[in-house]
Amino acid sequence: MKQFSRWLIAISAALLHFSAIADVTEYTLIIDREPVNITGKTVERITINGGIPGPIMEFTEGDEAVIHVVNKLDEPTSVHWHGLLLPPEMDGVPGLGGYEAIKAGETFTYRFTVRQNGTYWYHAHSALQEQDGHYGALIIHPKDEPVVQADRDYVVLLSDFSNETGQQILSNIKKSPHYYNYSQRTVGDFFSEVREHGLASAWQDVRPWGQMRMSPTDLADVRYDAFLINGQTNEQNWTGIFKPGERVRLRFINASAMSMYDVRIPGLPMTVIQADGQYVEPVTVDEFRFAVAETYDVIVTPQADQAYTIAAESIDRTGFALGTLAPREGMKGPVPDHRPRSLLTMADMGHGMDHNDHQMSQDDSMDHSGHDMHGDNHQAMPQDEPADMQSGWADASTPEGHKALQYSDLRALGTQTDLRPAEREIVVTLGGTMERFIWTLNGHKFGDPGFEPIKLNYGERVRLIFKNETMMAHPMHLHGMFVQLENGQPVEKLPNKHTVNVAPGTEYSVLLTADEPGEWAFHCHLLFHMSAGMMSTVVVAEYDEAGSPAIKPAQHDMGGHHDHH
Amino acid sequence: MIITKSNLILSIVLSLFISSSHADEHYDGHGHEHESQLFHALWFEAQHGGGSEGDKTHIEWDGWIGGDYHKLWLKGELEGHKGKLEQSEVWALYSRNVHDFWDAQLGLRVDTQPESTRYLTLGFNGLAPYLFETQAHLFISDYGDVSARLKQKNHLLFTQRFGFEPYYQLDFTAQNVERQELGRGLSEGEIGVKLFYEITRKVVPYLDLKYERKFGRTASIARNADESEEDWIASVGIKLLF
Repeated sequence: MKQFSRWLIAISAALLHFSAIADVTEYTLIIDREPVNITGKTVERITINGGIPGPIMEFTEGDEAVIHVVNKLDEPTSVHWHGLLLPPEMDGVPGLGGYEAIKAGETFTYRFTVRQNGTYWYHAHSALQEQDGHYGALIIHPKDEPVVQADRDYVVLLSDFSNETGQQILSNIKKSPHYYNYSQRTVGDFFSEVREHGLASAWQDVRPWGQMRMSPTDLADVRYDAFLINGQTNEQNWTGIFKPGERVRLRFINASAMSMYDVRIPGLPMTVIQADGQYVEPVTVDEFRFAVAETYDVIVTPQADQAYTIAAESIDRTGFALGTLAPREGMKGPVPDHRPRSLLTMADMGHGMDHNDHQMSQDDSMDHSGHDMHGDNHQAMPQDEPADMQSGWADASTPEGHKALQYSDLRALGTQTDLRPAEREIVVTLGGTMERFIWTLNGHKFGDPGFEPIKLNYGERVRLIFKNETMMAHPMHLHGMFVQLENGQPVEKLPNKHTVNVAPGTEYSVLLTADEPGEWAFHCHLLFHMSAGMMSTVVVAEYDEAGSPAIKPAQHDMGGHHDHH
Repeated sequence: MIITKSNLILSIVLSLFISSSHADEHYDGHGHEHESQLFHALWFEAQHGGGSEGDKTHIEWDGWIGGDYHKLWLKGELEGHKGKLEQSEVWALYSRNVHDFWDAQLGLRVDTQPESTRYLTLGFNGLAPYLFETQAHLFISDYGDVSARLKQKNHLLFTQRFGFEPYYQLDFTAQNVERQELGRGLSEGEIGVKLFYEITRKVVPYLDLKYERKFGRTASIARNADESEEDWIASVGIKLLF
């Protein structure tokens, strides 16, 4: 049987080879655990080909990708190609879609046809290995002339580094959920509220948080020792060289385990040309909020002979990932001051109608277009509160006159091909309890009794409605297919995304064409939320009346294989 | 007889935990390949101080091992006075998550001091509104008498590391227990505050000031025995998280 399948793979690979006349692009990734010293302390971390992050992998659309992954760890590992369209058994999630983990000491060879272009990344989908260094950038060049020309092209990969392992971090949060939160409300905060707004108002502010047993300071669950750009600390200062007047393409990838950022390059407007590897109509912004697992490609055109600082500030304001664009090596621009840390409001809890939801009208980064489509527009509020009360998850303290990217700004370049309305709606409730660090989709942890995969009929068009009932933002990532954000743009202009950040207490909807058969992971990309249960599966198949997948539609499968050593 | 009964309870607790911990499968985002993962927490407190009757040493532990929904909960208290062990309680409970913020618990409490008694224990542990950490338990001793205890504390900050923890504890009995010099109703209570400094989340030195007193018939029993019915106790202590 094994022999037979080997033959089958060999023949089909050969056939595909002849028919497609594809170029083969081959890589070997060696996954190992080695001492690294990033913050001044030597710790054992996972490296790919000896480094953190792993190498930048480059392909050309239409290539046959052949990637040998050598597991030198003493535990199983895996590599998931984040955002790539490929057969499910090549997607790299152990136990799903026919893919199995790469056992200690073994090598697995991935083979698939590269069907798209853009900026993507890769990372482990095993245990908490991603936090420990198992990630890297993956770039796919277009087959023909690129739509957007640039003189220079740099990957700017952000990550969060801790001197503790992912396992230690998770253990600590399970002991004490606020373990890493050193920005909690104090008695002093309460009394200054009393001084400014009176006892009644101060009490009104703290009362609902007390009743709900939650904290308005839960912006990030983990505090990190360093934020890195391309694996380099702020002191090491990753630098991209330019000549004044050149067009520089920056491929931002947020490969952090838990950290979201507000990204800006003071003095340099950024023109966003791709989101999640998919072209969008150019939109020029001063900053963008960068959720975990998203990518944005921007073009900047620095004119002056000076250093510009790439400043990605974590939304809990505990640090920056800093890099430099400069005409020469060794230059450094000024580091911006930290912006104030937002306090969550009752609106972030979906309790918009209480007394204290000031921010909804001003920001549209929460983007209620998903709401609007369902006739649910209760969040619109008159702007009658003093400026110092403005707060909430979405408040990035963007200076006046500056433009921050909103999801609603994203318009697909060209037109979408599937313009059908949704045949049905599927609600996905994002839930959880910070106090126990349990996170759920539709009320269940992944694999719990009662857990149900989301079943989609092959070819159908559905609307997924994310209902975030928690006080944290969740970047929801679907494997294997792009979704289209219902961001208020016309249907032919809806942008493709592989990761959708759903703000606290809000609802957001996306459209999806179920055209990739197989079993796909679907989860919150905050690594510790996924690990704590916030994951599901989407199964695309032709179902019979009993609801079991009757016929598996044909897959573009080139096969991969495990080597034993 | 007593031993058999308590052994039986203990083995029920353990088997409940072991059988149910299988339900706590831990999925970490990579399919179905992982065994259930156990987490744990153990808070250990040791403090030494004095009241009107001389020095007092107090050791307390409170911890669990298990998953999100099923835990084995272990806790206990030892209190020494003038070098002599005066109070000793050791608890082992099966703890089941029944609500976002609450665990229901069932198990055994074994006292050796002031006198040897075993209790079937049931109750709740969790977080009440306004972030009051709450423990409420009912005890049925192997002599058949019924008692209860309510404990609450709150965690408030002056700075991110320096803060205070007000707390209280109330003990009730449903009948007079001559053996333990307890009178029916509210028998004993304590109220206090810990002033702490978190060097790290796992190492927390503190100062503790506590007022404790006996109530009602329990108080008069103490008076008749020429024992004090109330006391102020100031202590220095350290709290460790494992």
